[in-house]
Amino acid sequence: MAEKATTYYVPHSSPWPIFASIALGTLVLGLVHFIQQNTSAVDNDGSLGGLMFLVGVAGMITVLSLWWRDTITESLANMNSAQMDVSYRMGMMWFIFSEVMFFAAFFGALFYVRNLAVPWLAGEGSNEMTNALLWPEFEASWPLLMTPGGDTTQAMGPWGLPLINTIILITSSVTCTFAHHAVVAGDRAKQVRWLGITLILGYAFLVLQGYEYKHAYQDLGLTLDAGIYGSTFFMLTGFHGLHVTMGATMLTVMYFRSRKGHLTPDNHFAFEAAAWYWHFVDVVWVFLFIFVYWL
Amino acid sequence: MGEHHGPDKGIKRWLYTTNHKDIGTLYLCFSLAMFFLGGILAMVIRAELMYPGLQVVDPDFFNQMTTCHGLVMVFGAIMPAFVGLANWMIPMMIGAPDMALPRMNNWSFWLLPVAFSILTSSIIMSTLGFGQAPNFGWTFYAPLSTTYAPASTDFFIVSVHLMGISSIMGAINVVVTIFNLRAPGMTLMKMPLFVWTWLITAFLLIAVMPVLAGAVTMMLTDRHFGTSFFDAAGGGDPVLFQHIFWFFGHPEVYIMILPSFGVVSAIIPTFSRKPLFGYASMVYATASIALLSFVVWAHHMFTTGLPLAGALFFMYMTMLISIPTGVKVFNWVATMWRGSMTFEVPMKFALAFVILFTIGGFSGLMLAMTPIDYQYHETYFVVAHFHYVLVSGAAFGIFAGVYYWLPKWTGVMYNEKLANAHFWCSTIFVNLLFFPMHFVGLAGMPRRIPDYSWQFADFNWWISIGGFGFGLSQLLLLAVVIQAGRGKGKKVSDEVWEGAEKWGLEWTVPSPAPYHTFSTPPVIK
Ligand SMILES: [Cu+2]
Repeated sequence: MAEKATTYYVPHSSPWPIFASIALGTLVLGLVHFIQQNTSAVDNDGSLGGLMFLVGVAGMITVLSLWWRDTITESLANMNSAQMDVSYRMGMMWFIFSEVMFFAAFFGALFYVRNLAVPWLAGEGSNEMTNALLWPEFEASWPLLMTPGGDTTQAMGPWGLPLINTIILITSSVTCTFAHHAVVAGDRAKQVRWLGITLILGYAFLVLQGYEYKHAYQDLGLTLDAGIYGSTFFMLTGFHGLHVTMGATMLTVMYFRSRKGHLTPDNHFAFEAAAWYWHFVDVVWVFLFIFVYWL
Repeated sequence: MGEHHGPDKGIKRWLYTTNHKDIGTLYLCFSLAMFFLGGILAMVIRAELMYPGLQVVDPDFFNQMTTCHGLVMVFGAIMPAFVGLANWMIPMMIGAPDMALPRMNNWSFWLLPVAFSILTSSIIMSTLGFGQAPNFGWTFYAPLSTTYAPASTDFFIVSVHLMGISSIMGAINVVVTIFNLRAPGMTLMKMPLFVWTWLITAFLLIAVMPVLAGAVTMMLTDRHFGTSFFDAAGGGDPVLFQHIFWFFGHPEVYIMILPSFGVVSAIIPTFSRKPLFGYASMVYATASIALLSFVVWAHHMFTTGLPLAGALFFMYMTMLISIPTGVKVFNWVATMWRGSMTFEVPMKFALAFVILFTIGGFSGLMLAMTPIDYQYHETYFVVAHFHYVLVSGAAFGIFAGVYYWLPKWTGVMYNEKLANAHFWCSTIFVNLLFFPMHFVGLAGMPRRIPDYSWQFADFNWWISIGGFGFGLSQLLLLAVVIQAGRGKGKKVSDEVWEGAEKWGLEWTVPSPAPYHTFSTPPVIK
């Protein structure tokens, strides 16, 4: 292993950030057009929005790949000092903290609705007249199976698929840690094997989650527009699923990099970042399982 | 890698740059542009309110103006200006070669023009007669922003997402730079206060910008996917929106003031020729303000209706904030006490900041009291309060910082005649603009309404004169900045201000600051 650089490497310039901005702008504009065209907000049946969205996604994937390629090249050329490694680590930790706060907003909404809004609608506290004048028939319960407006749904039980998914995801966190130990020990065959198993578990989780959504929509009547229970259910599990997808993508990249031998015992920040992210989505899932499915 | 690069030639320098000084300049120029755009929107508001009755715009367009004025000023002018100052100054103040993550730094900036093109395009389209710009107030309360909002709201939502991503990445960069790139010997308690206040601001940004992203995401799904987060018929609650928004919103107002505290804490010692009266107490006061900011949000919602215990809790917590804020104000005053003071333009702005911000702080204390808030809420008294803290507070802090560091950035002293004119015009007009708002507010004039009762006519005429005057005064700032930016003016020494060298590392490097500073870290004793 060659010596690490001693000065802090500042890349001279990079075209990728501005292209990433343009791609992201295209992506969100396409998304808005697509949503508006397909939810009757605008009388327009064109398909421009969907196309723009896909162009934006493709642009983001391309630009970020080129960007990461640059950083990987720098890392392999030992241009990164130990100090820079710390910067990357800190950056990733604070990014995960921002993600924690993103989920906090949705969990906050869930707790507020369960503990305050729904009981208030049913007349709790000083809200007797709210209930009497607006929806006298309404009774509070959680999961909220009948909304004040009269929409009904069935609840998603915790002990079937959700429990299996919990076991899958926790197991994948453990196998991910085994892979980490293998990286530190410099055992490439082992790290590839454990990473592979982690990936299989991660993708299995996603497939099962997709199956659960289908079950919710087709059999339970549990949909996005089935009232606040469906809203919180899909918002929390949906964003979690999106994060699992991102984490799995990172780990997939790590899988191929580890097969190429990029991950060495003293230079594997990228792997650690992906692993931290994976543990983070895992912890979020445990909270989801407790507060969305179980209690 | 040892040799020094100069900047690239031509436009690529600005598009592809990873240099903290270039990116700082980009942020500051962008912020200045947004300051004028937001100012034009404010002029429309003041033109309509100059006389009672409706004469300039129709009420719906008036709503769009108040909404977009707020959004552009908060997210486009104030916040990017602070990030620009942070980019320029933090690496130089802590002896770092650059920001810790230079490419991400560039990305944070270039997301902003994209986000604001989206928001601005809906304003321009509305002006040209196509559709409506966002018209629900800068606080975008549901259901105004969900059930009753125009189609442009979806574009507003994604532009908030982009601004959020930009702010979070910018803040992560600041935190990592401060924790990891300080020169040897630069311990945390030796850092200049501007660095401290920005560190705490960055923490607030990382903590609350994602919450704002969550709020607008729920708006989007309520609008298009049938969710009922803010709809009581589905079991949700519009009040939930206010809680989430203000959980972001209150820390946000500190995000807009803490860096100004830092700027003023740098300027007052320099021109009083005395060290800051109590450095450690300033650090602790800033940290307490930041922590308290997470438990006061519902003081914006007293009239929405809160359980009694909730209203009391949020009232007491809010009033508690006046203690660390008082620590700061007394610190600044004590620093000046028996100093050998001079009154260069940055010092003038810093002094105006201390006095006018304190006025805004006092009216804040009045608003914090629940029963009294029932009278003041949604009146011009509130408008007076937050404009005192955000214009003569945050913006004056930015002006002070720009005048203080402009000679270091450009190597020349700003045009003192114009700068003094800018100071006096701004200070006189800002008071003419906002002080009478206290009176009309106390007398019951509601905010966000394009017409008013006749007894408010005289005051509003003066307020509008103050508004136009303040707006035009900013052209002086533009002139000063352009002159200095083109290198026209008296050359300055490295130290710039008499005796400044001992107040910070930025005064030890040449003026103008070279493209790369501290490629090898200095040692701080
Ligand atoms: Cu507040």
